[in-house]
Amino acid sequence: MNEFEPKIVAFVCNWCTYAGADLTGTSRIKYAQNVKIIRFPCTGRIDFMLLLKAFSEGADGIIVSGCHPNDCHYTSGNFHARRRWITFRGLLDLLGIDVRRIQYSWVSAAEGAKWADIVNTTVTNISELGPYADYAKVANYLEKEANL
Amino acid sequence: MSKIGVFICHCGENISATVDVEKVAEVAGTLDGVEYSTHYKYMCSDPGQSLIKQTIKEKGLTGVVVAACSPRMHEPTFRKACAEAGLNPYLCEMANLREHCSWVHEKSDATTQKASDIVRTLVEKVKHNKPLQSIKVPITKKALVIGGGIAGIQASLDIANAGHQVVLVEKDPSIGGHMSQLSETFPTLDCSQCILTPRMVEVAQHPNITMMTYSELEKLEGSIGNFKATIRKKAKSVDEKMCTGCGLCTTKCPNKKIPSEFNTGLGTRTAIYVPFPQAVPNKPVIDKANCTYYQKGKCKICEKTCPTGAICFDQEDEFVELEVGAIVVATGFNVMETSEFAEYGYGKYKDVINGLQFERLASASGPTLGEIRRPSDGKIPEKIVFIACAGSRDPAKGKPYCSKICCMYTAKHAMLYQHKVHGGHSYVFYMDIRAAGKNYDEFTRRAIVEDEVNYIRGRVSRVYEENGKLIVKGVDTLLNAKPVEIEADMVVLATAGVANPGSEELAQRMHISYDAYNFFSEAHPKLKPVETNTVGIFLAGACQAPKDIPETVSQASGAAAKVAILFSQDELSRDPAIAVVNRCAPPLFSTCVGCFMCATACPYNAIGEELIKNRNGEVIKRVAKVNPGLCQGCGTCVAFCRSKSIDIDGYTNEQMYSEVMALLNND
Repeated sequence: MNEFEPKIVAFVCNWCTYAGADLTGTSRIKYAQNVKIIRFPCTGRIDFMLLLKAFSEGADGIIVSGCHPNDCHYTSGNFHARRRWITFRGLLDLLGIDVRRIQYSWVSAAEGAKWADIVNTTVTNISELGPYADYAKVANYLEKEANL
Repeated sequence: MSKIGVFICHCGENISATVDVEKVAEVAGTLDGVEYSTHYKYMCSDPGQSLIKQTIKEKGLTGVVVAACSPRMHEPTFRKACAEAGLNPYLCEMANLREHCSWVHEKSDATTQKASDIVRTLVEKVKHNKPLQSIKVPITKKALVIGGGIAGIQASLDIANAGHQVVLVEKDPSIGGHMSQLSETFPTLDCSQCILTPRMVEVAQHPNITMMTYSELEKLEGSIGNFKATIRKKAKSVDEKMCTGCGLCTTKCPNKKIPSEFNTGLGTRTAIYVPFPQAVPNKPVIDKANCTYYQKGKCKICEKTCPTGAICFDQEDEFVELEVGAIVVATGFNVMETSEFAEYGYGKYKDVINGLQFERLASASGPTLGEIRRPSDGKIPEKIVFIACAGSRDPAKGKPYCSKICCMYTAKHAMLYQHKVHGGHSYVFYMDIRAAGKNYDEFTRRAIVEDEVNYIRGRVSRVYEENGKLIVKGVDTLLNAKPVEIEADMVVLATAGVANPGSEELAQRMHISYDAYNFFSEAHPKLKPVETNTVGIFLAGACQAPKDIPETVSQASGAAAKVAILFSQDELSRDPAIAVVNRCAPPLFSTCVGCFMCATACPYNAIGEELIKNRNGEVIKRVAKVNPGLCQGCGTCVAFCRSKSIDIDGYTNEQMYSEVMALLNND
């Protein structure tokens, strides 16, 4: 699988990381094409079921990124996201998802270079991990959840 | 059935150079629900917008995706265009092909593929967009200006002169800021105090300006048009109304050896003090940390001396709540201390001073009454060395940026020295002379040619003391990198301009962005230099980046104009992307089970309860209800809701799941 190109979805907040990724563009810093960004108002909005949905739809890796602690545009959304991540991280084993497939980070509106770094590192890491093949497992889980 | 229009912009060549826009348009045209797809050179231009408007009307579009730059740049532009064509503006979404694709990738099939993926994702999102009505909120036509330096003074005066109420908050006992400390100003050498103090008085006397000195912003809530600010008025221990400003107390205070902040530690002050003679307001405050009474419980000499009985030791910090519609942040900057320079003696040599200290020495109101004298022994230095870029443009010191003002003030310092010390010798070590500005280069030329200041292009490696002299070891890079050694009597470091201590906390309190050096970030480096990312909060002066007085004043007036524009409207349209608790038919009424997890997560207390009653008035269900006036649209509640009963317009679960699915299914 030399030509494996991982599919990575980035869930980012509008105020810090989205703007930071904009700055990466304005600064013309190049990064890998594998990561595609979905804009949320705040990391606090990110329901982690969305991450499972992404895996079940064939994502190989995920980035969740928002404002640094204390910098949240909405005061505390990033803290909620962080707490949720800590809980969620513990459940990944149960679902058979390697914790390394999710990169959780903080990128401010001024950190264009950091965003490019995170993208490139994540792409390298996920490439090493190989494709995520267990998506049927997650899909089954989600289906069961839906039937409850 | 959706009828989506996709409009792909070349952005000149910004997008089309790396993305095959024709291909993207072709692929977009095949997507389910897409009625029309096209590409054009400049979608934001007038013909581009007309194309969108015309297509909306002709094809009866139910949604629009503009694939161009970042929505942070042009979303309002295109939403407005849609509205003009009769389409609800919230049925328009932008696909970010420039910042997130064409500018960050090389030209390749993969780049074009990614662009198509982004477009497809937004098409899926827009299919689930709902028409929304913007929320109208009234505007409180009162501005808060934080910081009473020249930036804050100018902004306050301009807003007040436009006919609006202004509250000016200053943390020190007097307004004036750094400009009041300066001796003379470049490039005209007019006296800083002479041009500043009349402005300070004007602020104090302006009927529209309320001045709150010795005060700081404690808390900020709300949003544009309706901020609620809590100001901490620090206890001055002096009743402002009773005090006449006679100054008797300051002459009698026994504690006279406190280093004066205004004189950058080169002079002293008493514990009850007015920072400088022209202070506004010219009324003293007691510095509790240095007051004998507060520290030891005995003294009260000021109270005995005061002819009006204005001293009140039991005064406490007071909290004032203000309702304001806009905020101008003008908190200024600071300079690096000489103690941060190991190579120049860690601040242990008294005669190695920074630029601000030199200003005080050169100032007629300073500790030496304007004579240039060494802090160590009061002798007039015969040889003086100025070191430019002390810290600035030095990644090793963590300040890779240019502090912008040092080249000019160093030339001014050297010039003032030459004017005041006849027969003295001055040397300036510099990296480059950056004198871009009206009459600036002429000014530095004058220092070199007329005042015979010796400019040496090179860095100084070390300063050390030997036989009462400061040995400055440097290099002259213009003479085959020859080492230079000067036996100086005094050394002035043009230390880097840095963010004020506490800037980070202040930014966090106001939810505005700041950069790696804790300077506040503007909303756009070119087109929104006075706005912050938080609408309704504007920037003025050196809190954004080091800048000189003319630039600061221009920016302050710019910020004031922005405030005046805001206040020219009676109400404001707010983004309707807010949370909503669902409602459905009886007997369920809502899937909300009333657990109120959402209320615990909400940072704005925007979630209240609603009691659903039957016709007899009996409560049959207790559910959550969002107060649209308070909700800011973060969506934290949505992720918390266990029964998926609360959703946020513009970022609904339906929209976000559609995006995730569309993004990944490109086969």
